[in-house]
Amino acid sequence: MSTTAPPAKDAIDERLLHTSPLRRLLGRPELGSVVGAAAVFLFFSLVADSFLRAASLGTVLYAASTIGIMAVPVALLMIGGEFDLSAGVMVTSAALVSSMFSFQMTANVWVGVGVSLLTTLAFGFFNGFMLTRTKLPSFIITLGTFLMLTGLNLGLTKLISGTVSTKTIADMEGFTSARSLFASELVLGGVALKVTILWWFALVALATWILLRTRFGNWIFAVGGGSDAARAVGVPVVKTKIGLYMGVAFCAWISGQHLLFSFDVVQSGEGVGNELIYIIAAVIGGCLITGGYGSAIGSAVGAFIFGMTSKGIVYAEWNPDWFKFFLGAMLLLATLLNAWVRKRAEATA
Amino acid sequence: MTARQTPLVELDGVSKYYGNIRALEGVSLEVHAGEITCVLGDNGAGKSTLIKIIAGLHGHDAGTFRVEGEETSLANPRDALDRGIATVYQDLAVVPLMPVWRNFFLGSEPTKGAGPFKRLDVDRMRRTTHAELLRMGIDLRDVDQPIGTLSGGERQCVAIARAVHFGAKVLVLDEPTAALGVKQSGVVLKYVAAARDAGLGVVLITHNPHHAYLVGDRFVLLKRGSMSGSHTKDSITLDELTRQMAGGSELEDLRHELERPSSS
Repeated sequence: MSTTAPPAKDAIDERLLHTSPLRRLLGRPELGSVVGAAAVFLFFSLVADSFLRAASLGTVLYAASTIGIMAVPVALLMIGGEFDLSAGVMVTSAALVSSMFSFQMTANVWVGVGVSLLTTLAFGFFNGFMLTRTKLPSFIITLGTFLMLTGLNLGLTKLISGTVSTKTIADMEGFTSARSLFASELVLGGVALKVTILWWFALVALATWILLRTRFGNWIFAVGGGSDAARAVGVPVVKTKIGLYMGVAFCAWISGQHLLFSFDVVQSGEGVGNELIYIIAAVIGGCLITGGYGSAIGSAVGAFIFGMTSKGIVYAEWNPDWFKFFLGAMLLLATLLNAWVRKRAEATA
Repeated sequence: MTARQTPLVELDGVSKYYGNIRALEGVSLEVHAGEITCVLGDNGAGKSTLIKIIAGLHGHDAGTFRVEGEETSLANPRDALDRGIATVYQDLAVVPLMPVWRNFFLGSEPTKGAGPFKRLDVDRMRRTTHAELLRMGIDLRDVDQPIGTLSGGERQCVAIARAVHFGAKVLVLDEPTAALGVKQSGVVLKYVAAARDAGLGVVLITHNPHHAYLVGDRFVLLKRGSMSGSHTKDSITLDELTRQMAGGSELEDLRHELERPSSS
């Protein structure tokens, strides 16, 4: 593969200098969500006095991080052209597996955590494998997994624990260390920050690196933007899709462990409906619902909007019932804004 | 043309069936280095099926398929690429939303660094894309623009440039001029000829005998899934090619039918 590259300075065409930075910015997938986030921030700063306090920031970021950790892989998956409706309950499954395995086997909780990782990754593999093998829409496949996991969560928990929640494992070996990894709190400049915020930031950074600077990232865009074309030039489409589903599973495992180690017991019916929140965060963040376009940072901004809205309503002392209304309106606005921005950016490119 | 080297690709009596549908029956063709083999046929003649077999998307059901003299059955497009057969599809196998440089290297991305720091060599990818396209006469302002914003002819040339850059020995082009205007078709044919002059064997699939005759060395005519003719350039004229391509006697009948009202 010989490259007949001219001197490096030719790489950047001098005409590029005339492209305004603003236009470059308009081409970013996150732009719409950043504008939205600023608007939401401004809005709650005005209507809720306590919103701007440092302690509130910690709370908002925590709320954002619990969604954001899952919104990252869901966004990657969406860029890859697929959905995962089982992502919400898979978090609960991951928590239930580690809790019940540790309790039943009276093992060190780390053993349960490890078993949970393998089980959850297997769920993700199952989703990806079924999707690529049957070629059915991911909506159907993961709707099936969603219902099956919901049933398994409730059924197996009742069968094993006798109730709908797990037994406490707080007195077991390894609990303290696991808790410090998945559910501890750091105090930074007087603000209490949950460790999930670090997980979230790390995942966003990792996902951004993967998307923009690795071959796998290139393949993610390609399988979402045109999987036939991708296959034709030799991109391993099946492996890429299965990998994306396992990424969702991996993050579900992290979220699940957080759930377990911050509350000690797990309610087996939890998680239903969260999958839509992750998808909404990704879409608000600029992911194209049909795939091939989007960013991990956008999903983080989407999750941040979520965090601000859910806590802002509380700080403004409104009825939290309004949360869903806000969410719906935001989803519509963000999607419209994204579509408009993209059209403008492409028309003037 | 008389030099009997081993053809780069040789099909001998190749057939393909989809269930009870006979998509291709007994098709033979040869592709030599530095030559253009044109496959002509109307819609539904089996051109796409033929392409899919050469590109490794489908296996053949009967006959022999030789690559550089070695009998083979390609398992997948990657396999075909590894043997030096690059296919430029009608849809060009580009992902419209992705930047030109990402498309150019899609599936064969160069990396630098090792282990967890293995990353795309973005600089080299951008530079090479720009340089290779410049060589084809396309001076892109910005290799970062989505490839969907290029014109049809430009996209076609990007796809050809990509195949040439990755060391293809055989270039399969599926209707490269079908959706293009006269001028852009000329530009694309020029690059097809340039690829031939670079020593590549080219398979040009088309339903336009004029385009085919301009650049072709061999002509294979397909009709309803089977081969209706195989000629070298010195054994056939453009008129004869056009006549055969258009269905010969069928065209005569059509002419009579169409002429009748005006002559009466």
